Amino acid sequence: MMGVGAGEKTQDFSGSGRRLLGLLRPQRRSMSVVLVLTVCTVFLSVIGPRILGQAVDAINSGAIAHRLPAGSSKAAVVAGLRARGQTTYADMIQRLDLIPGVGIDFGHVLRILLVVLGCYLVSAGTQLIQARLLNRVIQVTMNRLRSDVEDKVGRVPLHYLDGQPRGELLSRVTNDIDNIGQSMQQSLSQLLVNGLTVIGVIVMMLTISWWLTLIAMIAIPLVLLVTRQVMKRSQRFFVAQWRNTGELNGQIEETYSGHELVKVFGRTPQVRERFEEKNAELMRVSQRAQFVSSLVMPIMMFVGNLQYVVVCVLGGLRVASGTMTLGEVTAFVQYTRQFTQPLTQLASMVNLMQSGVASAERVFEVLDAPEETDDGSVALGITQGRVEFEDMSFGYEPARPLIEHLSLRVEPGSTVAIVGPTGAGKTTLVNLVMRFYELTSGRILLDGADIATVPRAELRSRIGMVLQDTWLFHGTIWENIAYGRLGATDEQILAAAQATFVDRFARALPDGYDTVIDEEASNLSSGERQLITIARAFLADPALLILDEATSSVDTRTEVLLQQAMAALRSDRTSFVIAHRLSTIRDADTILVMEHGSIVEQGSHDELMQARGAYYRLYMSQFEGAAVEQEGQPAGV
Amino acid sequence: MLLRLVRRHLRPLLGLLVALVAAQLASVVCQLYLPGLNADILDKGVARGDTSYIWHLGGWMLLVTIVQVGAAVTSAFFGSMIAMSFGRDVRGAVFAQVSRFSAREVNQFGAPTLITRNTNDVQQVQLVVLMGCTLMVSAPIMMVGGIFMALREDAPLAPLMVVAMLVLGVAVGLIVRRMIPGFRLMQKRVDAVNRVMREHLSGVRVIRAFVREPYERQRFAAANDDLTQASIKVGRLMSALFPTVFLVMNVSTVGVWWFGGHQIESGSIQIGSLTAYMTYLIQILMSVMMATFMVMMVPRAAVASERIEEVLQTEPSVRPPETVVNPDQVRGVVRFDDVAMQYPGADKPVLQGVDLVAHPGETVAVIGSTGSGKSTLISLVARLFDATHGTVSIDGVDVRDMDPDLLWGHLGIVPQRPYLFSGTVASNLRYGNPDATDEQLWDALAISQGTDFVAALDGGLQAPVNQGGTNLSGGQRQRVCIARALVAQPRIYLFDDAFSALDLATDRRLRTALEPHVRDATVFIVAQRISTIAGADQIVVLDAGEVVGIGTHEELAETCPTYQEIVESQRADAGQAA
Repeated sequence: MMGVGAGEKTQDFSGSGRRLLGLLRPQRRSMSVVLVLTVCTVFLSVIGPRILGQAVDAINSGAIAHRLPAGSSKAAVVAGLRARGQTTYADMIQRLDLIPGVGIDFGHVLRILLVVLGCYLVSAGTQLIQARLLNRVIQVTMNRLRSDVEDKVGRVPLHYLDGQPRGELLSRVTNDIDNIGQSMQQSLSQLLVNGLTVIGVIVMMLTISWWLTLIAMIAIPLVLLVTRQVMKRSQRFFVAQWRNTGELNGQIEETYSGHELVKVFGRTPQVRERFEEKNAELMRVSQRAQFVSSLVMPIMMFVGNLQYVVVCVLGGLRVASGTMTLGEVTAFVQYTRQFTQPLTQLASMVNLMQSGVASAERVFEVLDAPEETDDGSVALGITQGRVEFEDMSFGYEPARPLIEHLSLRVEPGSTVAIVGPTGAGKTTLVNLVMRFYELTSGRILLDGADIATVPRAELRSRIGMVLQDTWLFHGTIWENIAYGRLGATDEQILAAAQATFVDRFARALPDGYDTVIDEEASNLSSGERQLITIARAFLADPALLILDEATSSVDTRTEVLLQQAMAALRSDRTSFVIAHRLSTIRDADTILVMEHGSIVEQGSHDELMQARGAYYRLYMSQFEGAAVEQEGQPAGV
Repeated sequence: MLLRLVRRHLRPLLGLLVALVAAQLASVVCQLYLPGLNADILDKGVARGDTSYIWHLGGWMLLVTIVQVGAAVTSAFFGSMIAMSFGRDVRGAVFAQVSRFSAREVNQFGAPTLITRNTNDVQQVQLVVLMGCTLMVSAPIMMVGGIFMALREDAPLAPLMVVAMLVLGVAVGLIVRRMIPGFRLMQKRVDAVNRVMREHLSGVRVIRAFVREPYERQRFAAANDDLTQASIKVGRLMSALFPTVFLVMNVSTVGVWWFGGHQIESGSIQIGSLTAYMTYLIQILMSVMMATFMVMMVPRAAVASERIEEVLQTEPSVRPPETVVNPDQVRGVVRFDDVAMQYPGADKPVLQGVDLVAHPGETVAVIGSTGSGKSTLISLVARLFDATHGTVSIDGVDVRDMDPDLLWGHLGIVPQRPYLFSGTVASNLRYGNPDATDEQLWDALAISQGTDFVAALDGGLQAPVNQGGTNLSGGQRQRVCIARALVAQPRIYLFDDAFSALDLATDRRLRTALEPHVRDATVFIVAQRISTIAGADQIVVLDAGEVVGIGTHEELAETCPTYQEIVESQRADAGQAA
């Protein structure tokens, strides 16, 4: 079976392959033991048939001798046979170590068989230890690779993660690393075992007959040629299979995600038709891929049998002429059997290795992504929370600036509200304060210190954040609140929960604070989830607070609670508040109206209302609907 | 479950199956015949130095090999045909079944799991069918044939063979049986690693904001180490597998020579037959091993097939009528008559006691807190669900009696979650009306306030749209969704909280532009904001599935406490603003 992403072309097979092997370096002691054990295993399993051949000879000659007249010498028997014209038979007996009339020496046979048995037992033992050790080496290496990627995720700039589809990155951590592990485990041990077996078998064959060995070796180019040809063809179909599978998955995903729309817009027949088409196509290519790749075995079998016949014919001639014993030929025949199989496996290993290296390249790509610029080293003093923007510009791409030449001074303890249409740069502005992104030019100062010179961890530990997207992890409510501050006491956590109304609903739950927030957090309403994130920020007790659309996905009743919770959170802290609903930010000390990355208006609510500018227009458009009763002007459809 | 699913979907492939078994049979017979030939070559040819005999038999052997290769190739062909056709058919069946599902079944399962069941799960079962076609069919034939042939070569060695088979079967079975829970544990740990990583990625801003990277690293390391431990454990068992198999095989070989040696001396058997016997033994042991391996794959496929069967056996709750009754002319009079809707197994209906008539040209607004049943109410019109009590009728005909295509042809729906299909802006807009002209599309966009941003897109109407519309912002998506419904020019519009992602100014402009366009249509609007619905002809106020008020804004503001509460919470702002 093919692994994940099998059949993909690699960019730099040998370079990436070497780097992959380099990952094993810390385990090189174990790897050398693996190597030694593999050599032992192969040596023993290769030598086994050779020794067994001696037993066969002993049995054979004993059986022949048994039928010869007792008492006469071997020379006499041979001479007798020659005299009767049975020259081939005579030659054969000439070569055998036998005493006419004496049957099989079972003591001798038993000794040989015991030696063989010993060989096999020891080889099973070394094979077992080798496989275990290799397994451990690979698993430990994969463990390190996974944590390398995880560490990397912690160090790359946010915009790198923004640009990566989440599923894709995840699949690199799991599927790809899994595939690397599997293909390494298989290919490493197979390469070693099969490679050494082929060499060992050739050596053993040479000790029997170099001449026959030469004949048998003709199979090598034949095997390689056939395997390569078949692989090349099947590869094409496998690529098509993976592509079609991906496309079909995409179709299914799209149809199921838009299930209601497909139905109501009457598109079911078309969608079905498109699906059937792709489905049939997938069946066709996967059948071909499967079929073509399964051709290797039968063809190899044919090559093997061809080899067998040739060896038998030539071996027969040798036995007849007395230049080889039957035992030697039997052993040789067994070796040829042992020879084609590892060769085939070696040839088909190429595919597995390609798939593994392709996966490795995808993982390396992540590991090689540029990291965040150097951290600063300036320590922040006791933070008051004064924030200054000095002629600051920023763009995700330098060519397309989002915010240009923005300057602003925020006094400690004040609340700054940022309003404006979607895409005006509100979220970008607060992300810059968190130093999630680096400025293109200008500076942001926190209590007089340029935040670019302050270590990110230190800077962020002074800032609390509540986002519209309520991120909670798989754990209890308690654990999720405690996340806000390392080492917070139970009293502090409880106090945070009480101040932010989490306490109210948490106690009402059957498991209270121990309620596990499940993956989709379907057991909590979005308002309740949001309250937990507020409690988390409350516990962190930051000097600076950022609230980004924290109430927009909550219905009106819960919102009242949220507003109170956030008011508790905001007191005595410098806060940046982004909100759609202007009602929530009326009492802010400063309101910034942003449009296209710059601040177009700035002032308190009353000032801005009097100015009758952008803020006024925004405000009136929001409230005329709700104020309809007073104005007697029904709006709406 | 696995057996039932496989049996049902293999039945149409019976012809292929017969061909497969025939080819396998031929292949196995040849495979079993070959060692005998080999033995003869050794015994009667090589041992006696009779080259012409070797040539003769060798030619015969190659001929048999060719037949065998031909049979193997043929069976590989049929095997892959069967497995892949099976996969295709099951995929098709699941897809067709889900197409029949109503929103209720889709929600019950959840779209992600339905996708997995339709793809990965089918692949799992397909793999077992493929393995079955290549191994399961041949293994028993090989075993029976091998035993038969081996016994024909020499009956007295039979006990040795039986012992070897038993030892191998038991040893491999024991290892495999311990591996299965190991694999299951490993899969769980993989999921855990996945979950921690997914959480890290989705919460990266929060994690960085709270400077909890070290904690995340710890969490990941714990999950990672757990996984490694489980993998090593499974790997340990796996490491034991091959040495065990080879040991049993090799020891049996030694045994064959030891016991066989005595029989050679007594002349009851020849060296060549002993070699043949050994080949049979190895072949038999190989099939025992393969059969045991097969067993290893079955549990996973069994779980997968259970999940597939679950989909296939779920009856769609919304079924097309047996006898279709259509209204003479669809005008758009929508009537709810004591309608209730309750999920099976739920102890409370999500909606009950709804009585309501909406005429063409009227706007009915639905308001209420989250979970009050607003979306359910309008979904009943579209038959995304069926009422469990009472009737929803259009122009006097129960929607359950109407031809679904006719019903849907007259509906324009804008879902709560603005979803777009991959393609272009134009292909999305034409979703409900493939023949619409570009002009019509632009008209619809003008109403949905989408003209500016679509015109600014690279390619305009032909600008590419990703699956789900992820390359557009939420507000843009919503505007395209509204335009899509407008292009279809339906009699009845269903707006399910369709204006929530728009800022209030855009919301207002949109509604003003919409008004003349929908003058003759029946309009249902679900909304959160009072401002969006204050002008509606009727407002339905829902609270926990019950209608607590129906009337105009003015009436409800006087009489309905729930409505007053909602107005109050939103007007608190406006009052202060004025």
